[in-house]
Amino acid sequence: MDQIAALIIAKYNYWIYVTLMMIGFYAMIGKRNLVKKLIGLNIFQTAIILMFVSAGVKKGAKIPILDKHHVMEHGVNVVDIVNPVPHVLMLTAIVVAVSVTGVALAILLRIYREYGTLEEDEILEKLGR
Amino acid sequence: MSTSNLHVYVMAAPLLTAFFVNLVGRVSKAWIAPLTLGCLAFSSAASIIVLGRVMAYGGFSYTVGNWQAPYGIELVVDHLSAVMLVLISVVAFIATMSALKSTSQELPDQEYLFFTLYLILIAGLLGLVLTADAFNLYVLLEITSITTYGLIAMGKGRAPLASFNYIIMGSIGASFYLLGVGYLYLMTGSLNMADIAQILPTIGGGAAIATALAFMLVGLWVKMAFFPLHGWLPNAYSLAPTGAAILVAPLMTKVTIYLMVRVMFTIFSVDLLFLQNPAVQNGIVWAAALAIICASSLALAQRDLKRMLTYIIVAEVGYMVGGVWLANSTGMTGAILHIINDALMTLCLFLAIAAILYRLGSVEFDSLQGIYRKMPITMAAFTVGAFAMIGIPPTAGFFSKWYLLLGGIEAGQWGYVVALLFSSLVNAVLFFRIIEIGYFHKDGEHHGHEKLAEAPLSMQVPLLISATALIVIGLGSGPLVEKIIKLALPVGF
Repeated sequence: MDQIAALIIAKYNYWIYVTLMMIGFYAMIGKRNLVKKLIGLNIFQTAIILMFVSAGVKKGAKIPILDKHHVMEHGVNVVDIVNPVPHVLMLTAIVVAVSVTGVALAILLRIYREYGTLEEDEILEKLGR
Repeated sequence: MSTSNLHVYVMAAPLLTAFFVNLVGRVSKAWIAPLTLGCLAFSSAASIIVLGRVMAYGGFSYTVGNWQAPYGIELVVDHLSAVMLVLISVVAFIATMSALKSTSQELPDQEYLFFTLYLILIAGLLGLVLTADAFNLYVLLEITSITTYGLIAMGKGRAPLASFNYIIMGSIGASFYLLGVGYLYLMTGSLNMADIAQILPTIGGGAAIATALAFMLVGLWVKMAFFPLHGWLPNAYSLAPTGAAILVAPLMTKVTIYLMVRVMFTIFSVDLLFLQNPAVQNGIVWAAALAIICASSLALAQRDLKRMLTYIIVAEVGYMVGGVWLANSTGMTGAILHIINDALMTLCLFLAIAAILYRLGSVEFDSLQGIYRKMPITMAAFTVGAFAMIGIPPTAGFFSKWYLLLGGIEAGQWGYVVALLFSSLVNAVLFFRIIEIGYFHKDGEHHGHEKLAEAPLSMQVPLLISATALIVIGLGSGPLVEKIIKLALPVGF
């Protein structure tokens, strides 16, 4: 038991990301409301963002904005500086996620105008008629 | 403009023109056609020059903005990507001639919006083929997907619903791919494909690397509609506006197959993929065989030509995934040749559908009665496309299928061989059924479409070009394989 707890605590950020991802996945597959599915998708994407960002963190490190003269004299001590690349990647991933959400919301608007509901079951019922 | 960065202009031309189409197209519709066709003609010509250069001097890489490789984004033009560039730009050019006509009928006054998305989609596809950066690939994959979501949602009736399902499935696929990239980045600290490939053998961590590979493959399989993950494709492609279907159906799945080849052999090694885990390789070939059989059987159940074709596309994805995973050079040659052939076959059949839809408004089997007498030229081209799909010798489809079969026999994968033969048989049944309905059934009892005439010339010309291309490429398969595809095979084959 202690070992399992130690394992979870040592890498707790990854456990949180996996949990969040599964919640999002469940919402996408299990929920019948289209907006809930979309929110599930957002949670899913946010979980991946959390994984990248938390992987870039270093304890006690500074932000990666450096003084040119200081670096030229003393060099860079990598341990003192947070790796900016995962964070920058996630900026792009957030833009992608926002675009997908935007397109999906626009499409949901059209679905609502057409069928008057966003419940998948009711839409399928109307299509069946 | 210098010729050394011509491949960037191939991609930039449709991207920049997209904005002009949006601005100028608002004011006057007359500008849309010349702008769209013009930039795609330029892309086609430029990509053919790039292919010529690659064949003469070999592949090269290009660093955007002069940021050097592991840090900057690298574009790589080798034989495989040069062939794909030509394929995408030429297919897009031919498809656009027909798409202009059917869009003006289906989406009047929305053409400038349609063709803005359409051109950005083409730019995204061209970019996907060029990039050598794993994260850049994710961004471009989402550019193509988001534009496709929009294009599909412009269709009538249930199209928005189909598009929403595609968004959910497509985003899961892209997220899985991104996770795979994340694992690789955590292990290697690099995003450049070639750089990752160099670092991978020097580090341990087999489980993490295998997880990364699995995530990336599953992500791409969702995007390419590999059988159990194909759920979104039939609805999305059959409900999309015809103009969008003509472009998306031939190119999207085929480009994703290219991406799978790229990821598998540029990032990972043959050793990791095939030699360390023969069970996995075996399993994937069996999954491909299952995909072919199930999708072909589902195609049999359809009563609508467009929906039937979407299931055939799913079956064809199985052909190519299986061909790649056969792990011998014959199968690989077949898979790459089939990417080219299948794109052209699908293009030909969808152009024929667009022509029929333009006149008839429906491609259900019942409404196709007597169609051969009404639209002889369209149906002649359709028959060529159908023969290629079945795999009848002088057409292109026969040769790639032949290579795939030989590869399957060489690898001893009998399940896959049987699946290929079964699918050819089913395709023959499917298409001869349509030929029977269209040729022999009298259209007497059906609502009299006596006035029905041939499709307009702007839809016939691309159709005839694509049908001719099928036969020309079929007859020229030998030189094509010897001169280009043999050189396009990934390292290790």
